[in-house]
Amino acid sequence: MDDKDLALKARKIRGDILHMLYLSQSGHPGGSLSCVEILLALYYRVAKVNPNDPLMENRDRIVLSKGHACPALYAVLADKGYFPRNDLWTLRQIGSHLQGHPDSTKTPGVDVNTGSLGQGVSVAMGIALAARHKQADYRVYAIIGDGEAQEGLVWEAAMAAAHYRLDNFTVIMDHNRLQIDGTNDEVMSIGDIMAKFNAFGFDCAQVDGHDIKAISQALTAPFKGKPKFVCCETSKGRGVSFMENQFGWHGKAPSETEYLDALKEMEVDVID
Amino acid sequence: MIKKQSLRAAYGDALVKLGQQDSRVVVMDADLAHATMTNTFAKAYPDRFYNFGIAEANMVCAAAGFANEGLMPFVSTFALFGAGRAYEMIRNSVCYINANVKFGFSHSGLSVGEDGGSHQSIEDIALMRVLPGMTIFVPCDPLELQKAVFAAAQIIGPVYIRVARPVVETITTPDTPFVPGKANVMRDGSDVCIIAAGLMVTAALEAAEILSKDGIKAAVVNCHTIKPFDTQSVLSMAEKCGAVVTAEEHSIIGGLGSAVAEAMAGNVCAKFARIGIQDKFGKSGKPSDLFDEYGLTAQNIVSQCKTILNLKD
Repeated sequence: MDDKDLALKARKIRGDILHMLYLSQSGHPGGSLSCVEILLALYYRVAKVNPNDPLMENRDRIVLSKGHACPALYAVLADKGYFPRNDLWTLRQIGSHLQGHPDSTKTPGVDVNTGSLGQGVSVAMGIALAARHKQADYRVYAIIGDGEAQEGLVWEAAMAAAHYRLDNFTVIMDHNRLQIDGTNDEVMSIGDIMAKFNAFGFDCAQVDGHDIKAISQALTAPFKGKPKFVCCETSKGRGVSFMENQFGWHGKAPSETEYLDALKEMEVDVID
Repeated sequence: MIKKQSLRAAYGDALVKLGQQDSRVVVMDADLAHATMTNTFAKAYPDRFYNFGIAEANMVCAAAGFANEGLMPFVSTFALFGAGRAYEMIRNSVCYINANVKFGFSHSGLSVGEDGGSHQSIEDIALMRVLPGMTIFVPCDPLELQKAVFAAAQIIGPVYIRVARPVVETITTPDTPFVPGKANVMRDGSDVCIIAAGLMVTAALEAAEILSKDGIKAAVVNCHTIKPFDTQSVLSMAEKCGAVVTAEEHSIIGGLGSAVAEAMAGNVCAKFARIGIQDKFGKSGKPSDLFDEYGLTAQNIVSQCKTILNLKD
């Protein structure tokens, strides 16, 4: 799939996300829309995955540590064929396999249950260490939020990843600079995040988080003897002008008018 | 056969034996391997031991990661820092998906002694008990602890093994059954039933012996599994004796005493008393002095039994 097709796909995924949230009238649009390109880079360019065999032994593991952005993950998994696209419209409803936060026991393709911030990246570090233990050659990718980096557990995991020299482990930050109560800097500044991960012993790169090509290049660049950190500069609510860079859209579902306006702006057809 | 050993030393030995049989076993610690005695395993299997430093939350999540990859981690630290500090990781990263992680948390209860109340976990059973799918073992002696470790490996899903620090006498035999969820009647009786767990089982047996001299027939039940709880055995003993005293080295809130009360409420009419830590923190002191002060003694079990039987002490 070339860059143009993937860009088109990003639009379709964003449409699916909005439709899911509109139908469920709950969920997190801002942080879902900001990580679409990161997920597309992983699932279409970088990671070794197999929708026909979601638990394939040597697959790469992808852990959405910022679990509240799962509408984006679900939309990508459906697009890859892990489950029917129509399942997306059951998000957060009783009986649905698509829980409000990812549940690895319910949804095919979800490697780790997440949602309680900080835990996903720590579990992912454990998986990377277990892969080393088993002498398996798969890789582990953990996507964290920037606000999530306020959790001490992120740094416990980072310290262990460097200590065990996990060069099969990559932490990707969706750096959209916003969280529930405001900007990171207003709520609790995460400071120079590149310097921090660098000081913790990571191989660090910073890219435009909406440029799939750039993300893919950063993720596939070889690294040895240490874990990798890729800081993806993104905007929260990306693709919908009235949501973009507005922290108020962290955890609010669109009304019917807002939903229709958003689809129109993105030139995506209304989904039946 | 083991005569006298600390439960933590028995834990370390059991891990080595289990490790010989089961290649899935890995052991994790948070800079307390010399106290939890997982260093015995580390020495035997250096490639299967992981130290996470003083970072219990990360260790628990890492264990969930190992379990995700088909391995069977045994995670160790002090009960307070595992069950307490890393509680939410045990809940969300382990129990929520029934991950196959085993917790062998040591230094539970007042028997930690001199380190004091900040290190004495009086609430770990309560915390673990409210987690759906968690199995909880509270072994009473080195032999039972070994059986608990092997039983844990047979269970798919999280298991909590409460490992006490002190050196204790072996009171069970190699033939004593250890069936998860099935309490052992250690001594039969018809006047009062003492239901105990962990270090208090020995005290309960002593109490029953003292009571027998006054003509009181006290039964002793070793409730080595707090969850799943053996409601059936507890109810039948309560019905038979009409009086029940629980004894545990834990807060009377949320532990064995609570489990027995919950089982009996609405089902059986019996006199009832709970021996344990009475909703207060521990403090520094020799374990034996602390047990005396907090009433975790055979003598206090005797007197509680007599009180509910309306007999003079």
